[in-house]
Amino acid sequence: MTLRALVIALVVLSMPLPPASAAPRTHQVVIDKMKFGAVPASLRVGDRILWVNKDMFRHTATAKDKSFDVDLQPGASGMSVVRKAGAISVICRYHPGMRAMLKVKP
Amino acid sequence: MTAKYSLLAAATAFAIATVAAPVLADSGPTDAQIAHIAYTAGVLDVAAAKQALAKSHNKAVREFASTMLRDHEAVNGKALALVKKLGVTPEDNVTSAALSKQAAETHDRLDKLSGAAFDQAYVKNEVAYHQAVNGALKGTLIPSADNGELKSLLETGLTLFSEHQHHAEALAAKL
Repeated sequence: MTLRALVIALVVLSMPLPPASAAPRTHQVVIDKMKFGAVPASLRVGDRILWVNKDMFRHTATAKDKSFDVDLQPGASGMSVVRKAGAISVICRYHPGMRAMLKVKP
Repeated sequence: MTAKYSLLAAATAFAIATVAAPVLADSGPTDAQIAHIAYTAGVLDVAAAKQALAKSHNKAVREFASTMLRDHEAVNGKALALVKKLGVTPEDNVTSAALSKQAAETHDRLDKLSGAAFDQAYVKNEVAYHQAVNGALKGTLIPSADNGELKSLLETGLTLFSEHQHHAEALAAKL
């Protein structure tokens, strides 16, 4: 490692971390009894959602804007990332009556 | 609602409600009979889904049929595990027999159709079938079930089949 690279690395490492509220977080949404459970109240761009299928049926968590599509066997979990601000409508492709609405802040 | 559609609904409702009357006359069906009726209803819808997957070329119809196959097999898998756990032997009865007879007739009628005519008839029958089964679950099977776990599984079935009914209704409107 050159001295220059070392200096840059030290500068980068010593930079203050961004405030905790701005760091990407992981939220959990439980799917059970043919329903999406409560969605996180404050979602920010970059946050992850862990979809947990506790139901006896296969489901998906599918963004209508096609930004994510997680297929979940019974008992399985899967992760998605919210990549833009605004409202994201989510459905299960297998059960179109199952819906959830995510509200993502910048 | 078309005349054909309401006739199908009426016929299936008749099979479940009216023919069930002798069974239900005393104190309602037993848990062994309820388990048999619910399981049979699932098996028949799985058979209908397999027929649709063998005959239909419509993407939305095939996706719907795949969901019916998967979900009804999942519920019936749970039902089998439950009756085994409870030591209950599902008991054949006139309601199960009437459902099977009517499903066989529907299968033969649909087998003569193809293309859009098949798709429409299959989905219309799915609407009527789920409507009738949901009516029986709400009106007779759930209230009559003695065992709490069986009642709970039937309630899960009702939630699932209600979603299937709405799914079929939305699909029927597009065909």
